[in-house]
Amino acid sequence: MTSLPEPQAIKLGLVIDLDICVGCHACVVNCKEWNTSGYGAPLADENAYGADPSGSWLNRVHSYEVTSEETDISRTVHFPKSCLHCEDAPCVTVCPTGASYKRAEDGIVLVNEDWCIGCGLCAWSCPYGAREMDPAEQVMKKCTLCVDRIYNENLPEEDRQPACVRTCPTNARHFGDLGDPNSEVSLLVAARGGMDLMPEQQTKPVNQYLPPRARPQPEDTASLVAMAEAAQPTGFWKWVDSTLDKISGGA
Amino acid sequence: MFPAFSIIFFTVMSGFGFGLAALVASGLIEMTNPFDYILVLGTILAFSGAGLISSTFHLGHPERAWRALTQWRSSWLSREGVLAIITLDAVCGWFAYDYFVGPPALWANVIVVLLALATIYCTAMIYASLRTVAKWYNPLTPLCYLAFGIATGLLGLAALNEMIGGTSDHLVAYASLALLGAWIAKLIWWRMGKDSGSTRETATGLGALGTVRPLMPPHTSENYLQKEMGFQIGRKHADTIRIIALIIGAAAPLAILSYLPVTAITMTLAFGLAMAGLFFERWLFFAEAKHVVMLYYR
Ligand code: SF4
Ligand code: SF4
Ligand code: SF4
Repeated sequence: MTSLPEPQAIKLGLVIDLDICVGCHACVVNCKEWNTSGYGAPLADENAYGADPSGSWLNRVHSYEVTSEETDISRTVHFPKSCLHCEDAPCVTVCPTGASYKRAEDGIVLVNEDWCIGCGLCAWSCPYGAREMDPAEQVMKKCTLCVDRIYNENLPEEDRQPACVRTCPTNARHFGDLGDPNSEVSLLVAARGGMDLMPEQQTKPVNQYLPPRARPQPEDTASLVAMAEAAQPTGFWKWVDSTLDKISGGA
Repeated sequence: MFPAFSIIFFTVMSGFGFGLAALVASGLIEMTNPFDYILVLGTILAFSGAGLISSTFHLGHPERAWRALTQWRSSWLSREGVLAIITLDAVCGWFAYDYFVGPPALWANVIVVLLALATIYCTAMIYASLRTVAKWYNPLTPLCYLAFGIATGLLGLAALNEMIGGTSDHLVAYASLALLGAWIAKLIWWRMGKDSGSTRETATGLGALGTVRPLMPPHTSENYLQKEMGFQIGRKHADTIRIIALIIGAAAPLAILSYLPVTAITMTLAFGLAMAGLFFERWLFFAEAKHVVMLYYR
């Protein structure tokens, strides 16, 4: 049924800390590893070793450079992006078949791959690019919030969280109930000023992003540059430097 | 957006087919012998049917297409499918009644007209309901689809009417006005919907820190999203194609309607040109449309 359920108390989702993420893509890889053998059809890779590989992935990590207008100092922000399990999910209501649906009990947005006709309209309606058509199976793939892990009593308790959260080496990803204002994730969002992506698209995302914290800026970066440039090697390093110069000069 | 030929074909062909159905049910053509009925009904069914069948070509699982008829409560695509089938049934019923019994009652005509127009409206709303594509998310989008459906419908009707021995002189003024009106609406539409309200800063939530520039892409080659929504080739040639669309789809048929005698051949020519022009217009509709997800890329 592709009408949205009435808003429910439980809203499971992720909180992603942009201050901590180092862009290692471990969450991307572990997501693919778990989900290619779990829920629904495998996540295909086509021409994986060729010049133009392609495949379906449920999580992607972008990297951006953000430059402050005032100080002209820039910083790198790694930006993991997967389905935000939106409350007003347009990808659910546009689906003509009922394949795309939002669970009433916990708000997880899923695709019933046996009903999906592969029309692609849900991917068109998602502002975040959270849905990719599987090139082999021709059905829509998206993050399941590891629905087959989080309730799975065959797994040890500590593994009952999404694969990306479990694997993140820096603890930049958190999983929990964002509908409960006292949950750990909700407290984290409140403390760090968690934000919606593209609120103007009116999807009401459940997943929240924690903005990078302010960094102390060196007061005088120009003098540091001058210092680095003025520094001349001495002793052993002087010999290495001149030898390398000779080698590269002679090559 | 990637301009898939099957979808361009679907929207142009079925737009005309249902436009023609609405006009026939309005009583704008007089059919007398069996051949007339077969020709007119055959045209409606051939065009709308070809369009609908073509729309299943881009599906990953066309064998499950029937499932698309189930979610009419929420989905415009589903509504379009359901209404198309109901309308085509109603049109067949209308033709059978008109042939075997006599002219249907006014209410029956009104129902067929409304069903046919509602089907075109739903086709347009599949696109016009997507907030992610600012160009489409615009009340004028369904208006353009309806106007082109009626304009090409009138041109087709004029041609069919001449073929079955009627005179179409009275239709020429309607057709010219409708075609002119549709293209004026399109000219206005082309100038609208440039701003989605989203930026790279709102997409990443990083606006408070400064301006955002993509540094490293998340993958080394193009993915589904970029192929489907990052189509760029068209934008370079957009203005040339716009001029071609206007010449073939507007100027040429309008010139024929204004200066050439009204015959089956001239009307068919005007109709064919208008339809060809619409293929270019519809190509632009997709190729020029930008999706907000591309803010994350490049
Ligand atoms: S992020 Fe996209 S796919 Fe996920 S619920 Fe929101 S709109 Fe749907
Ligand atoms: S691709 Fe599948 S899930 Fe998406 S709208 Fe079409 S049928 Fe529904
Ligand atoms: S695993 Fe953690 S640190 Fe690595 S890219 Fe994913 S979120 Fe960032």
